[in-house]
Amino acid sequence: MSVVTLTIDGHAVAMAADATLLEAARDVGRPLPTLCFLEGLSPVAACRLCLVEIEGESRPQPACVTPVREGQVVRTDTPLLADLRRSVVELLFTEGNHVCAICVANGHCELQDLAVAVGMDHSRLPYRFPERSVDLSHPLFGLDHNRCILCTRCVRVCDEIEGAHVWDVGWRGEHCRIISGLHQPWGEVDACTDCGKCVQVCPTGALFHKGEGTEEKHAHPDQLQALVKARSQRWTP
Amino acid sequence: MDPVSRLRFATVWLAGCSGCHMSFLDLDEWLLTFAELAEVVYSPIGSDVKTYPEGVDIALVEGGVANRDNLELILQVRARTRLLVSFGDCAITANIPGMRNMLGGAEPVLRRAYLELADGSATLPHAPGIVPELLERVWPVHEVVPVDVYLPGCPPDAARIRACLEPLLLGKTPVMEGADMIRFG
Repeated sequence: MSVVTLTIDGHAVAMAADATLLEAARDVGRPLPTLCFLEGLSPVAACRLCLVEIEGESRPQPACVTPVREGQVVRTDTPLLADLRRSVVELLFTEGNHVCAICVANGHCELQDLAVAVGMDHSRLPYRFPERSVDLSHPLFGLDHNRCILCTRCVRVCDEIEGAHVWDVGWRGEHCRIISGLHQPWGEVDACTDCGKCVQVCPTGALFHKGEGTEEKHAHPDQLQALVKARSQRWTP
Repeated sequence: MDPVSRLRFATVWLAGCSGCHMSFLDLDEWLLTFAELAEVVYSPIGSDVKTYPEGVDIALVEGGVANRDNLELILQVRARTRLLVSFGDCAITANIPGMRNMLGGAEPVLRRAYLELADGSATLPHAPGIVPELLERVWPVHEVVPVDVYLPGCPPDAARIRACLEPLLLGKTPVMEGADMIRFG
């Protein structure tokens, strides 16, 4: 296995050549904020929170999909990056309808945590208040599009881990949303195995168990990681 | 401290549930210390004054801007106040009152509340000069007037309010960082 050496925030680090900058940053004790990234799923660089500056590159790059290179000089914590990250979180809050006080995920929400992490005490961007729907057709789970940030963790976990591919992304721009089946009500999609992995990895209160009230949803992305690890290390004769 | 040099302090209640004001009252015995540093010159919970006075040093504003009364008052508050604190999630994000914005205007909101959900006495409220008319949408305070300090929370708890007010009373800028100070919800 070939190894490359690079510098992150002044710290020299040696990484396997197939590692990403996100892994390298974590390795050197400079963890980056992430939202769409989830260990165990393929990275998609949808949220842009893990942007880093690389010397010689004209614009910031998402660390989750950028491979390490020999001699790279990377910065993870600059005023530009801090402003971009706060702007990203403000865009997420204002683009949907995130009312923390009455959300099932209040107190256990990755978006809410990130607002604190990026220092968002208010939004500098205006709130849109879009009209969005809620799908309660599934007997066990619900989907509230108001709280969806289109991270696509649900799409990926259902496709890559469960193998059912119930979820996908429909439409574009402000109309972009998660769809089930062929844009059918979730409860009518035969492919859904009712496994609930999508609910466990959802970073907000968009996907939830029916019956959960305010503050009662606790996601468990670690269950997915344990599953991925168990499968990859399974003994075969 | 000499009472004459106390800061002139106000609290304002726009479109919110008053929970932020209740949380302010949770400051309990510190309110006695507070009273030595500040004089409450306008407040729904601490004063009988009906008109927002001139020359206010610090105002905590709870709630979004939802109707004509709110709008008139917030413009007055801004003009007559040195430091305007957006107090709680409704003031900062429009929060729960702002959920009516998704219905797309005042008329559909009134129709939903007073006609579609009525039990046999369906009438739209109409009392000019008595019942303030709804604005087309509920606005966060800082989308209407400039805001100096943001104090999030639904409600911000007493410790957070105190950690914000103490520096302000001493003429310093509070450090609004970290989950204890700026977490929404």
